[in-house]
Amino acid sequence: MQEIKQYAGKAYDVIVVGAGHAGCEAALAAARMGNKTLLMTINLEMVAFMPCNPSIGGPAKGIVVRELDALGGEMGRNIDKTYIQMRMLNTGKGPAVRALRAQADKRQYSIEMKHTLEKQENLTLRQGIVDDLIVEDGVVKGVITNTGAHYSAKSVVLTTGTAARGKIIIGELMYSSGPNNTQPSMKLSGNLEKLGFELERFKTGTPPRVDGNTIDYSKTDEQPGDKEPHHFSYESRDEDYLPVEKQLSCWLTYTNTDTHAIIHDNLNRAPMFTGVIEGVGPRYCPSIEDKIVRFADKPRHQLFLEPEGRETDEYYVQGLSTSMPEEVQQEFVHSIDGLENAEMMRPGYAIEYDVVSPYQLRPTLETKLVSGLYTAGQTNGTSGYEEAAGQGIVAGINAGRHALGQDEITLKRSDAYIGVMIDDLVTKGTSEPYRLLTSRAEYRLILRHDNADLRLTDLGHKIGLVSDEKYAQFETKKQLIEAEISRLASIRIKPNDKVNAYLTEHGEHELKDGILASDFLKRPYVKYKDLLQFIPAPKHALEQQSIEQIEIQLKYAGYIKKSLHKVEKLKKMEAKKIPERIDYAAIDGIATEARQKLEKIRPETLAQAGRISGVNPADMSILAVYIEQGKIAKIG
Amino acid sequence: MTVMQTTEYDTIAAISTPPGEGAISIVRMSGEESLEVIAKIFKGKNLQDVRSHTINYGHIVDPETNEEIDEVMVSVMRGPKTFTREDIIEINCHGGIVPTNKILQLLLQNGARLAEPGEFTKRAFLHGRIDLTQAESVMDLIRAKTDRSMKVALNQLDGNLSKLIKNLRQDILDTLAQVEVNIDYPEYDDVETMTTKILKEKATEVKAQIEELLRTANQGKIMRDGLATAIVGRPNVGKSSLLNYLLHEDKAIVTDVAGTTRDVIEEYVNIRDVPLKLVDTAGIRDTEDKVEKIGVERSRKAIEKADLVMVLLNASEALTSEDRKLLELTQGKKRIVILNKTDLPRKIDMAEVKQLVGSEELLSTSVLKNDGLDELEEQIAKMFFNGIENSQTTVMLTNSRHIALLHQAKDSLQSVLDGIESGMPVDLCQIDMTDAWDDLGEITGDSYQDELLDQLFSQFCLGK
Repeated sequence: MQEIKQYAGKAYDVIVVGAGHAGCEAALAAARMGNKTLLMTINLEMVAFMPCNPSIGGPAKGIVVRELDALGGEMGRNIDKTYIQMRMLNTGKGPAVRALRAQADKRQYSIEMKHTLEKQENLTLRQGIVDDLIVEDGVVKGVITNTGAHYSAKSVVLTTGTAARGKIIIGELMYSSGPNNTQPSMKLSGNLEKLGFELERFKTGTPPRVDGNTIDYSKTDEQPGDKEPHHFSYESRDEDYLPVEKQLSCWLTYTNTDTHAIIHDNLNRAPMFTGVIEGVGPRYCPSIEDKIVRFADKPRHQLFLEPEGRETDEYYVQGLSTSMPEEVQQEFVHSIDGLENAEMMRPGYAIEYDVVSPYQLRPTLETKLVSGLYTAGQTNGTSGYEEAAGQGIVAGINAGRHALGQDEITLKRSDAYIGVMIDDLVTKGTSEPYRLLTSRAEYRLILRHDNADLRLTDLGHKIGLVSDEKYAQFETKKQLIEAEISRLASIRIKPNDKVNAYLTEHGEHELKDGILASDFLKRPYVKYKDLLQFIPAPKHALEQQSIEQIEIQLKYAGYIKKSLHKVEKLKKMEAKKIPERIDYAAIDGIATEARQKLEKIRPETLAQAGRISGVNPADMSILAVYIEQGKIAKIG
Repeated sequence: MTVMQTTEYDTIAAISTPPGEGAISIVRMSGEESLEVIAKIFKGKNLQDVRSHTINYGHIVDPETNEEIDEVMVSVMRGPKTFTREDIIEINCHGGIVPTNKILQLLLQNGARLAEPGEFTKRAFLHGRIDLTQAESVMDLIRAKTDRSMKVALNQLDGNLSKLIKNLRQDILDTLAQVEVNIDYPEYDDVETMTTKILKEKATEVKAQIEELLRTANQGKIMRDGLATAIVGRPNVGKSSLLNYLLHEDKAIVTDVAGTTRDVIEEYVNIRDVPLKLVDTAGIRDTEDKVEKIGVERSRKAIEKADLVMVLLNASEALTSEDRKLLELTQGKKRIVILNKTDLPRKIDMAEVKQLVGSEELLSTSVLKNDGLDELEEQIAKMFFNGIENSQTTVMLTNSRHIALLHQAKDSLQSVLDGIESGMPVDLCQIDMTDAWDDLGEITGDSYQDELLDQLFSQFCLGK
């Protein structure tokens, strides 16, 4: 074969490899900060593509989308432009766990994002495969493409997703492929290994898609969207919300004993069980064959039929992820109520791909091995569009700041779910595709979906992703909330017939003495709206979002205070930096297991060190004293 | 949901004088919440308002029972001009083991954590209070004491306690997993929805078990502090001889500890591995000589304080009204009724004695002739160990840290119940439930961070 002639391409500040959900956020962030940015993708039709479920958000993930929005990211705005259904989940529970989820029009989502990238100043979107990195003395200098182009850059972000030596498996069939039968990236992984990176093999899967015209909906339960307006982006307005009749519904059905029998009879052909699949799959996203084996006593499993868009009749069968042979898939699909005559348009498949073991990363998502090189998304062992985008924006911001010669940023566990995720990855690593769950956050009462802007807009503005104009709006909103809270704490509601009638109606005792409006609002049944019957309205009427803030901050004040107290302590530990060149072998008295872990992970703060499993309090004490000693001896 | 090591900024407390020695003990506390913690248990001046580096008179009071524990002097020293550069409180109390421990226990129940070995010094160093050479010795101290205290801590965590705590944690974990699965997978209809009603049942149940466990803490205290033992009987019945026998040099460990009221002397002896703290031995000596000054009153006080009472009767004389009174006062107490002076002709009316003591065993001794004393020792041991085995659990809490953590867990569970009572949603009440789980985990050393997720995915079938 003829040698590809190499040529020098343009010079960039930041190059992002891969235009999935992580790559798009990374490239937009870097470009918006003023960096000349190149975004490379194997296939331009696959920008911000959703190879799996056609939805965005849900518990924890929905909060990540809000956090992205507050930081100046794109995912929230993009889904608000392209959703076909919107639902708030967990409405019967407390404020910390409410979760917004949208069904997306997959195609529109991709087109809209691609167009946003195209319009973005400083950003070039280009099709091509990056085969290698240019690294000199442990510093990244650029990338080399399969067409022989050498592009130079100050920072490079890798978001290669499942394309990295991807391998699709359907029953006995196996072939190299990226997501959805696209071309895989075959060379880059090997070159990363040559640089000294440790890679792992992970596996994920997707269910079959069926033709909506062949579904018998009468045998399923309709799951419509919400009437009440919701948005992901803080910029979106209620008047733009799609009326529920213009939204598309999902449909609920179940597997049954016949389905399970078919799968059981064909387990000898299931790659999951025949040893064909080597990659580690996620526990929280098991394939249907896995569920049936592990939970043999369950007579049925839920399935949601989800539309993939407005201009298609393809339906995604959520809950039926599988890598069984096509004919078996066909057979068990037909055993399901409503799908008896369904035409399968695409079979489900499993895909194996390369992951950069995340302990090799710093909390900024820069690799420890190569300065200026960042990784994000599935490359780091996560699963999910939102998880990818959340890392993408952090990698993009830091790659951008690195190129500009500015200090990098990190998000703490108490700042954002994105912070929880990155800290988990770089501190604990992951042995399976990592998904965010609310239970991973210890401060979830602080990390709510309603206050993501209050948590992160300052930072977004500081790094230049939130415009001055938007920041001013945010400041006003914040001040109005604070002013109203202190106003409520200064107004006393006196006992009168109106208040007492209200209380009686709620089965409560009548007021005997006056009560502060703020205390009155703390009663579980009292809404801010109700309160305004008894006190004068504020000078400026408040928006629903701000009202929600006030209610939450007052009603759950006790719990919030307790959580904040814990956060304060943590922050002090986070402030204790561990010197970069610390020599763990030289510290006498640290247990061997702890020493090995510390050496491998090289935590940046004492707080992070404390989260490494196997590092116990005695090791922490010795480490703390050692660092302090170093400071005194001026060697640290 | 992970356990965070933010212990560096906890407020810590420990007894800083050697136990059981000296007339005064000092309990020391350091950390930013020191003043808050002491305010909860101190009756006297408002310590939040007093000037730094002052010593203040007052009382330590158990906020739960309002019981006065000790009369104390409290030093308030605000950081940074202190040893650790943090706010420091030092409580000077009367030197008895019991009140000193009780005060420490109260601090631990009200927000402080038990200091690790060398931790005050470590903090002093970390806050730049001591220099490099001193730091070396701090490191040694941490290393050495950590090894030792870990061994001690492990020994103290007996198998039964550990099993019990693990079961309680599993109970809580099942509940937590169910709440979590409802939150993270809200659409799964085959998982029972965790309601505040179910949460309330669970919290109540676990809390009751912890309270039961804490009740045994008193027995643990006996192990640590000695079984308070009184010897009563009318004059010349042989109390003094019995006392002298028990205090016989080769078996007596004697520490003269001044109690809360200075006139009571406590003496410790070890009888067949049972530590006895002899109550009011001074009283025995006083009254033995001065017949006219005997007081049933004094005996009554001794009996009140005692966990175990030895009632001496004179077998060579008829029962008196005072004997009857003493038997009546000790009714329902753990007691050993002893017929002494069996070397003399028996004159006591055995039928009446038997009627008064019912089915209890009667011991016959002649302390003078060294007769029947083996049986007495055996009886003491039997009563002590039986008492423990007969209690509901065979678990004994002796470690201050365990007790404090169990109290914290109990308080967290109470917060769960309070939250439910005031109409808070289940996922908020769950925050306190998680705290209780973490506290229990600290006792057994289980803080495996992914425990909950493992539980979630093994218990429920979830996925796309």
